[in-house]
Amino acid sequence: MSSVASVHSLWTVAAELPGKIPAPRIEYGQLSPTLIVLGAAVVGVLIEALLPRRSRYYAQLLVSVVALAAAFAAVIGLAAGGFGSSKAGIAAMGAIAVDGPALFLQGTILLVSLVAVFTFAERRLDPAAHGNRVDSFAAQAAAVPGGEAEQAAVKAGFTTTEVFPIVLFAIGGMLVFPAANDLLTLFIALEVFSLPLYILCAVARRQRLLSQESAMKYFLLGAFSSAFLLFGIALLYGYAGTVTYAGIAEVIADGAKQIDPALAGTMGNDALLLIGAALVLMGLLFKVGAVPFHMWTPDVYQGAPTPVTGFMAAATKVAAFGALLRLLYVVLPGMRWDWRPVMWGVAIVTMLGGAIVAITQTDIKRLLAYSSIAHAGFILAGVIATSEDGISSVLFYLAAYSFVTLGAFAVVTLVRDAGGEATHLSKWAGLGRRSPLVAAVFAVFLLAFAGIPLTSGFAGKFAVFKAAAQSGAGWLVVVGVISSAIAAFFYIRVIVLMFFSEPKAEGPTVAVPSPLTTMAIAVGVVVTLALGLAPQYFLDLAGQAGVFVR
Amino acid sequence: MENLIALLVAAPLVGAALLLCGGKRLDRTGAWIGSLFAVASFAVAAVLFADMLGKSAEDRAVHQHLFSWIPVGGFQADVGFQLDQLSMTFVLLITGVGSLIHIYSIGYMEHDERRRRFFGYLNLFLAAMLLLVLADNYLLLYVGWEGVGLASYLLIGFWQHKPSAATAAKKAFLVNRVGDVGLSIAIMLMFTTFGTFAFGPVLAATGDTSEGKLTAIGLMLLLAACGKSAQVPLQSWLGDAMEGPTPVSALIHAATMVTAGVYLITRSGAIFNAAPDAQTAVVAVGAVTLLFGAIVGCAKDDIKKALAGSTMSQIGYMILAAGLGPIGYAFAIMHLVTHGFFKAGLFLGAGSVMHGMNDEVDMRHYGGLRKYMPVTFVTFGLGYLAIIGFPGLSGFFSKDKIIEAAFAKGGTEGWILGGAALLGAAITAFYMTRVMLMTFFGEKRWAETPGAAAPGQQVQHPHESPKVMTIPMIVLAVGSVFAGALFSVNEAFVTWLEPVTSFAHGHSPLSATAITASTIVVLLIGVGLAWQMYGRKPVPAVAPRGSLLTRAARRDLLQDDFNHIVLVRGGEHLTRTLVYLDHSVVDGAVNGTAASMGGLSGRLRQLQSGFVRSYAVQMLGGAAVLVAATLLMRGV
Repeated sequence: MSSVASVHSLWTVAAELPGKIPAPRIEYGQLSPTLIVLGAAVVGVLIEALLPRRSRYYAQLLVSVVALAAAFAAVIGLAAGGFGSSKAGIAAMGAIAVDGPALFLQGTILLVSLVAVFTFAERRLDPAAHGNRVDSFAAQAAAVPGGEAEQAAVKAGFTTTEVFPIVLFAIGGMLVFPAANDLLTLFIALEVFSLPLYILCAVARRQRLLSQESAMKYFLLGAFSSAFLLFGIALLYGYAGTVTYAGIAEVIADGAKQIDPALAGTMGNDALLLIGAALVLMGLLFKVGAVPFHMWTPDVYQGAPTPVTGFMAAATKVAAFGALLRLLYVVLPGMRWDWRPVMWGVAIVTMLGGAIVAITQTDIKRLLAYSSIAHAGFILAGVIATSEDGISSVLFYLAAYSFVTLGAFAVVTLVRDAGGEATHLSKWAGLGRRSPLVAAVFAVFLLAFAGIPLTSGFAGKFAVFKAAAQSGAGWLVVVGVISSAIAAFFYIRVIVLMFFSEPKAEGPTVAVPSPLTTMAIAVGVVVTLALGLAPQYFLDLAGQAGVFVR
Repeated sequence: MENLIALLVAAPLVGAALLLCGGKRLDRTGAWIGSLFAVASFAVAAVLFADMLGKSAEDRAVHQHLFSWIPVGGFQADVGFQLDQLSMTFVLLITGVGSLIHIYSIGYMEHDERRRRFFGYLNLFLAAMLLLVLADNYLLLYVGWEGVGLASYLLIGFWQHKPSAATAAKKAFLVNRVGDVGLSIAIMLMFTTFGTFAFGPVLAATGDTSEGKLTAIGLMLLLAACGKSAQVPLQSWLGDAMEGPTPVSALIHAATMVTAGVYLITRSGAIFNAAPDAQTAVVAVGAVTLLFGAIVGCAKDDIKKALAGSTMSQIGYMILAAGLGPIGYAFAIMHLVTHGFFKAGLFLGAGSVMHGMNDEVDMRHYGGLRKYMPVTFVTFGLGYLAIIGFPGLSGFFSKDKIIEAAFAKGGTEGWILGGAALLGAAITAFYMTRVMLMTFFGEKRWAETPGAAAPGQQVQHPHESPKVMTIPMIVLAVGSVFAGALFSVNEAFVTWLEPVTSFAHGHSPLSATAITASTIVVLLIGVGLAWQMYGRKPVPAVAPRGSLLTRAARRDLLQDDFNHIVLVRGGEHLTRTLVYLDHSVVDGAVNGTAASMGGLSGRLRQLQSGFVRSYAVQMLGGAAVLVAATLLMRGV
């Protein structure tokens, strides 16, 4: 076909379209969790515009909490209505899937976000500045660090209450991300939740330069990886002639049936499929923080305000792994013999890399960042299993891990000295003598990270390793267990440091938090122990949610 | 009626719990409470015995299933009891002699402040021993086996303030562990071979099993028996075990626990019958030990240690008989019961002597005590006559049968075993006469006034023991005199046990009369020799240097020296080597791994430069690798 003819065919197709475009059908009920959160975000923006500064904090907190709770209730309602199983289907003209994994992940994201919002709203940890209670966020993020404008803003008692609508936008994007059923929705959801996160990383009240640097790095590298993702999407479109998951999967399985004249030269070309799939995978692996796309993690985790770090570490991971699961199980199952060995390699270097580099970290936030990398590797082991057990184990692991992470970062916000949070590990020496309760709670989280029995970490790790072993990836499990052993070293080292080292004279103090942070930590501990002591109920729940709609 | 079986074990167990947990308020009544539970158990045993006698021989074995203990897939362990003629015999011996010794202990331990605990341990022993003989499977038997080991340990070291007692307890425990390991291996072998460890299925399946496996199981069971019954080569603990209070020596280390090995072998008869090599090992152990113990018994001046050597030797007879197969099982058990009577009686007599002599145990400081302790003298004397096999008394019947069965083994083997048994009988007569003469006859070698006492010697005022002690001794003496004759009338005992152990008449190359005559002759030789050496000449108060053999025998035929050189030194060298290996190789590997991980970590850290440009390059490289790898997988 000549180029003239192909252009002609494009024109004729385009000319015929107007009459053929049906009015889009939107299932508002099935999309309600996302819509509630995004609507609340818009309300939050209006609050910033319309309400006086004094009342914004409470209004924002109220709106956020109510919206997240309502969205969670909507998820539960959908699940109870059978949308997780028998009525699972595709909504919004094929853009969004409403099925078991989507609802499970959305529920997890909403719960984690609700708890995270509590830590965002914490205003008792820092001493009051000029009589105004302050939170973890800069008085005026746009002011130059250390400049006059900043001092004026602090003096005036400004607070960045915009973080609430921003985080709601991010949550909205995260809710769509694991449910996205075509590549464009996937990309848009990615950007919707990434851009707010870049902003959130930049607005720390203390160490603002570090915070801004981290946001900048995150943004640049995020944009870089988005470009890869987008390129991959383009290649996949070229291969399949469609961006819908089901359409691509069909072409992979049965070959292209109708050759789009405009794509006649590329459709069905396996090279495009392989390269495109690899690049899309890379975009998602960047978000989950897998080696070798993990470099942003430690820097961003360290620089971002700690509540944001906790939120990011927990919720982003859930959303990104959800999207990865759907991509691998719905779009690419037909080529799993191609991607499985590659992903094995990624999982192995991620587990080992995260665990090994964590050994020499001296900053608690960086330590937790590397720990999150190692955990991404463990979760990948479950993802690769390509079985129903693999799905349910990953869902369970994500739920378990996100609460542990959130709780751990919440504890990090409590340990403070004159310069704000005391994140250097040497300052944590002897914490167990001064604040036995806080140290004990942190020890519980560390033991869960290490995967010690009776904590959720053990149940989760056991589940993913079991799924991986059953899928024939025995060596992956061996590497996983070795990495766990390496990882146990640095977790236990912190416990030893807290309980068996002499406290330093000028050591940090443990701030007494408001009920908000207390609740966040308490929820973390309760979930960690509940999922550790009685994992079977939650595993069953994840198992019931474990079928993707196609 | 079979529901009563659990009560046998439960009664002393409740007593033990009560006494050990009851605290100080039971200090005064503890001795009586403990004895009460022992007697209660004996009463239950008597009821069950009467019931059993009322049934025909085939229906006498009864079972009681209590509960499923460890039900795990193919691994089924039940708690169930089996009361048949064999276990009944043991139950009567244990509860009967046990009750008598409890009562005796009321007097013997009267002045001990910790007697509540002592009776608690004794009750615990009874419960464990009864569990051992009543269990209907090897696993539950093992529980009882370990239980009596624990009780034995606690009671040997009861006077723990004495370093010698504490050491002896530890030694007994450690040596017994070796045997216990044998039993546990035997049980594991049984499980892998038969898929079960219940007596019924295991013993019924021996016909279909390869001889090699049965020999292995048999040898492991023999190892267990050697440990518990103090047979060569695991005999070294028994002499030291005499550090425990004398009633303990009588009950545990003479009458009951040390015979558990004989029970084990007899109970497992079907296994040994099908494994002739294992049987040969059993008779060898028995024959060696019966001579070993007897020789040691000749050289000891400590009355309890002399009796301990004798116990070892007598159990050697039983093991020998048990190793002979169906021609010997019944006689092994018969000798076990008669031995239970006379050896317990002898120990109680020795305890009575010590009680009257300020806990003096050296026989060279005794002499002429028959005038001061007439009851003890008579009862001890009857026990003495019984053990040497004086015609008409218990030991005569039971030992004579074993000697006869040994000859009946046939061939050279029969002559060797029979000869050893006969020689043992002569030595028995010698050392027991020596004990008798040194203790009750001759000049007194103790001082009543401080002026006459030799340096290091106590002033003595020998006196007879109270009734609470002498009555049990009298009862046991009666048993020592009549039990053998009673059992032998119409082969009553053999007939009684036959349904369990099976029985075959042995055919000895010598006639029964000839054997009986020769036992009497060797008996007279032994007694005469002892009379020549200790009766006609005064016994020196300080032991003479003695011959090389005597000196070796005094040191338990150098068994401890052997153990020390071979096992302790060897163990120390092994430990040192292992510690060295642990430090250099294992720790080296561990620390090396840790150090290399740390080094690797430090190096990988360098990649995290903080420059976003280098991160981007790494991502680009990662993407390239990812794409290349994906393409490679397809081979495009």
